[in-house]
Amino acid sequence: MPEPQSSTAASGGDGRLRNAFGGVLCAFTLLLIGVLAFSIRLFSVIKYESVIHEFDPYFNYRVTQFLSKNGIYEFWNWFDDRTWYPLGRVIGGTVYPGLTLTAGTIWSLLNSLNIPLSVETVCVFTAPIFSANASWATYLLTKEAKGSGAGLMAAAILAMTLNTGSLFYATLNALSYFYMVCSWGGYTFIINLIPMHVLLCIVTGRYSSRLYIAYAPLVVLGTLLAALVPVVGFNAVMTSEHFASFLQGSCRAVCFAIAAILIAMVASSPTKGWSGRSLSLLDPTYASKYIPIIASVSEHQPPTWPSYFMDINVLAFLVPAGIISCFLPFSDASSFLVLYLVTSVYFSGVMVRLMLVLAPAACILSGIALSEAFGVLTRSMKFQRPTSDDGSSTAGDGSSNTPANSEAVSKEKPSKKNRKKDKYSEGSSPVDPRTEEQLLVLPCGPSAVGIMLLIVLSGVYVVHCVWAAAEAYSAPSIVLTSRSHDGLHVFDDFREAYGWLRHNTDVDDKVASWWDYGYQTTAMANRTVIVDNNTWNNTHIATVGTAMASPEKAAWEILNSLDVKYVLVVFGGLIGYPSDDINKFLWMVRIGGGVFPHIKEADYLRDGNYRVDAHGTPTMLNSLMYKLCYYRFVETDGFHNPPLDGSDLQTESSKEQSQRETEIKIEFKNKFYAQDRRKEEPMAIEITKVGCWSQQDTVTIRLAQGAQVRENHKLTKKELD
Amino acid sequence: MPPSLQTLTNPTLLLLLLLAASAVSSSSLSPEDGIRIVSAEKRIDLAGPIVKVYLTLKVENAPAASDASQVLLALTPTEVQHLAVVKATRVEGKRKKKTYVPLSVEASDLSSTAPNGARLYSVQLGAPLKPGDATTLEVLYVLTHSLEPFPAEISQSESQLVYYRDSAVLLSPYHVLEQVTYIKMPSNRIESFTRVDPTSRAGTEVKYGTYKNQAPNSYLPILVHYENNRPFAVVEELVRKVEISHWGNVQITEHYKLKHGGARHKGVFSRLEYQSRPSISGASSFKNLLARLPPRVHSVYYRDEIGNISTSHLRIDSHKSELEIEPRYPLFGGWHCTFTIGYGLPLQDFLFESDDGRRYINLTFGCPLLDTVVDDLTIKVVLPEGSKNPQPVVPFVTEKHLETSYSYLDVVGRTTVVLKKKNVVGEHNVPFQVYYEFNPIFMLAEPLMLISAALLFFVACIAYLHMDLSIGKSS
Repeated sequence: MPEPQSSTAASGGDGRLRNAFGGVLCAFTLLLIGVLAFSIRLFSVIKYESVIHEFDPYFNYRVTQFLSKNGIYEFWNWFDDRTWYPLGRVIGGTVYPGLTLTAGTIWSLLNSLNIPLSVETVCVFTAPIFSANASWATYLLTKEAKGSGAGLMAAAILAMTLNTGSLFYATLNALSYFYMVCSWGGYTFIINLIPMHVLLCIVTGRYSSRLYIAYAPLVVLGTLLAALVPVVGFNAVMTSEHFASFLQGSCRAVCFAIAAILIAMVASSPTKGWSGRSLSLLDPTYASKYIPIIASVSEHQPPTWPSYFMDINVLAFLVPAGIISCFLPFSDASSFLVLYLVTSVYFSGVMVRLMLVLAPAACILSGIALSEAFGVLTRSMKFQRPTSDDGSSTAGDGSSNTPANSEAVSKEKPSKKNRKKDKYSEGSSPVDPRTEEQLLVLPCGPSAVGIMLLIVLSGVYVVHCVWAAAEAYSAPSIVLTSRSHDGLHVFDDFREAYGWLRHNTDVDDKVASWWDYGYQTTAMANRTVIVDNNTWNNTHIATVGTAMASPEKAAWEILNSLDVKYVLVVFGGLIGYPSDDINKFLWMVRIGGGVFPHIKEADYLRDGNYRVDAHGTPTMLNSLMYKLCYYRFVETDGFHNPPLDGSDLQTESSKEQSQRETEIKIEFKNKFYAQDRRKEEPMAIEITKVGCWSQQDTVTIRLAQGAQVRENHKLTKKELD
Repeated sequence: MPPSLQTLTNPTLLLLLLLAASAVSSSSLSPEDGIRIVSAEKRIDLAGPIVKVYLTLKVENAPAASDASQVLLALTPTEVQHLAVVKATRVEGKRKKKTYVPLSVEASDLSSTAPNGARLYSVQLGAPLKPGDATTLEVLYVLTHSLEPFPAEISQSESQLVYYRDSAVLLSPYHVLEQVTYIKMPSNRIESFTRVDPTSRAGTEVKYGTYKNQAPNSYLPILVHYENNRPFAVVEELVRKVEISHWGNVQITEHYKLKHGGARHKGVFSRLEYQSRPSISGASSFKNLLARLPPRVHSVYYRDEIGNISTSHLRIDSHKSELEIEPRYPLFGGWHCTFTIGYGLPLQDFLFESDDGRRYINLTFGCPLLDTVVDDLTIKVVLPEGSKNPQPVVPFVTEKHLETSYSYLDVVGRTTVVLKKKNVVGEHNVPFQVYYEFNPIFMLAEPLMLISAALLFFVACIAYLHMDLSIGKSS
């Protein structure tokens, strides 16, 4: 997330001109930052199209559609029977409604003005709009003390409250906390961060009535409001009660209470009151031990080191500097920041997904570091040349270069009105600026070089961020792309399959697939699915996993008991698309085996290796998933050595999916014949492949593919003869 | 299976046989005047999914009769049901100097006099046919959904066979002296055809006749069973929305609901087969369609409810634009898909001012997709806000009504002319006009609204900044 960082840098950089142009320039800069934050997220819309590109947001889109069609009351009572068949899902009570309500509100507002935007368009653009909000929130937070979406807003206002100690801001804070609770399950992060901060303040002896005013309303109001959201309900009290209680008491009692509660918590069984995901945060090995379904999500894996450099790049080096500058001088607000950073670093180390939480913290702190560095360097350059410059004005300039820091330091609190008018015209530092700055003066040459280097560093960072936003984070998962000499090729196999299901199957047909495709199938194909990305019922998912891992006959029994008419399988073997179902298959086995013990992971591994070639185990080669994926695959797979014994279900590939070539089959229609079952004959599963064709990173042209396949077919035949 | 057996087992055919028998026996309908058909040639084109029948009739008025102002055509009830278009022209002049004068054709109120529910259409001759004179009429009528796939379900590797039913002789309320029927098939594969001697086959064509001296209302049912792998693209529903902006753009949005109307697909679909052996696999399926759009088209898009469809090509030249679209998946018999095509056109090519000061927009009726049948066509012409007295002028009968639609910041709404027609084919792609009155001052309404909204916002800001709402001064 590059733009919050640039916001702080910019607000530091324009300090020199500040006296002349005042708030106008700053406001303008902020506006530009907002535009940047908005537009950098439009890469995928501009490069591809204005649709939702990922898996999970399709759920929010569908819910928003429902909301805009049926109204808010229907929405709260919505029982969705098109998912988790035959259980269904109570959407109104199990969804974080913030995002949906926001998008729904924007949509109905626009429509009341007769601006005919579709729900989809609104959903696509809600995120970029909120990213602009997030960067402004970061600016506020940094300005006060030295995020994504509403959470950041909460943090920013929280920081504001910290400094002002005003009840008004505390209430505002509670409201934005409420909004965050509405939007994202990660709200627990904030509500737990706050008590930790208080604890830190108490331990370091900084606990004050100001802090009390800031937090008490938040905890009380916030908890009450959070309990209003159906999905949170009494959980709000269950997990945060102990934190609320200690705030009311005196220091010593508080510490005691905390200790008692922590002990009580540890003593109680680990799954009581804690969700699996939170537990895996506290104990990173928990999920892989007990709940494979959480461990199976790639977002829940610990990140690799390169991903840190990918995501935060040079910030990784600037953050420690930022921490140091937070300690000089140390205030309530800056301690909050440090705490925020430290916890988020830990959390992001446990789950890739929580990189999201780290990003704003890293941006803020490295922004502080950069602005400090610029401050020091420009100051020393300024002091070098005019030696007889009057100290007071330069002091003003100097501190103005680090408005964030000086604001954080400033102890006297301006009134609300005052703050609004002159946000920037205060800079009284408790330390005598003159003496401090004289000490910090560096030689002119090195400081000039330093500035240059910093600028280059920022430039490199900007380039990296734009690249990352354009390439890495804008690659949609709904279409696959590949480059060739004549440009970009888009492969739309997913949507072809969904489109086919939507138009050519019965409205009430049930589609079984691995849960990854559940949200998309309900939203795009409008068909009932057995499991989806909500993953609330492990047994149900395990049933589907078991069906996939079973031989055809047993699989048929399971699928038939679920009224399944179609099985959707994604196979990337032909093109080397790595995240296909064969790749996920071991997770299906593990999750299925977790509930149905007759599925054993060891049966699918040959000497501990996962093999899908001729050396695969019989259990593996007879599983439904394998049969579906490799049905007649030999006829297409001519790029590699032909199969050794010419049998149909053999392919040359074992470790890397990318070794395999060219086919995404997306869909199979299973036709089960009941009479076959009665006659106890071997199962006849007719498989209708609806979408499968070839493409590959290097061999791309879809039209040419027919020719390729034909040639390969001949080749295989010849070799076989 | 011999065709005659099929013929007898089919109830509709039996009905038609009965009809023919009764028609031949009854001579209840006597033509109003002495018209008789000297020679008739019926050419039936079965090459596509649409049946086109060309009649060349040499009509003669008896010397003793009075002037004839109309000539009647007879169609069976089934044909009437599937009739999309009937057109007639009169040939004037001789040999090299032939000219064709279009004549109007309308349903005749004499239909009740025709036997067995046959419907009569009257061709209005421009100049009455004098007693003893003869003239030549050329008639074209187009039938949709008249080819019945048999077998009704085919697998991927089979090709599609269809039945066509008609009469060997011309159904006419007049006495026909000499008549011949030609049926043109798209390929050499003709499974069977009814023989009504003299009948002969030459390549892809079957000839019935010559039949002489047929009594009025004769009917000899025939059945042709042949291979037809042309795409049976049927647009079940098409809504075309034309939005006119006087700022210089005509925006057209077309929502299609497409179906493959041929023999239903049976069993497995294998993409592998389809791609590796395109010549024999899925012969009756189609994967692309061609839409002919007006020249100077811009901002063309092709998408459906789940996003953009990336397989389309646009070719623009000075006379026309061609948009080649591919649905997300190849369409086999019975498969459906929906999609939307949208494009913008420059206003000056379509909007004109008539002599009486009104404006009119000149658009093309019908469906831009070539070789398709549209079961249900709706054209909505959204006139600019503030337009009055809209008046559509369409050269054939359509259902018309007005409604109001709202779009960008509308207050009073836009007058919308809605035209509906069933059973539309390529012959309906003719220009039509919508006349309306419009005061250019309405063009400024929306910009002014935006300006005043911005102004109000700034005024509110100024007012807020100058107000002090605090109760006590903070120290």
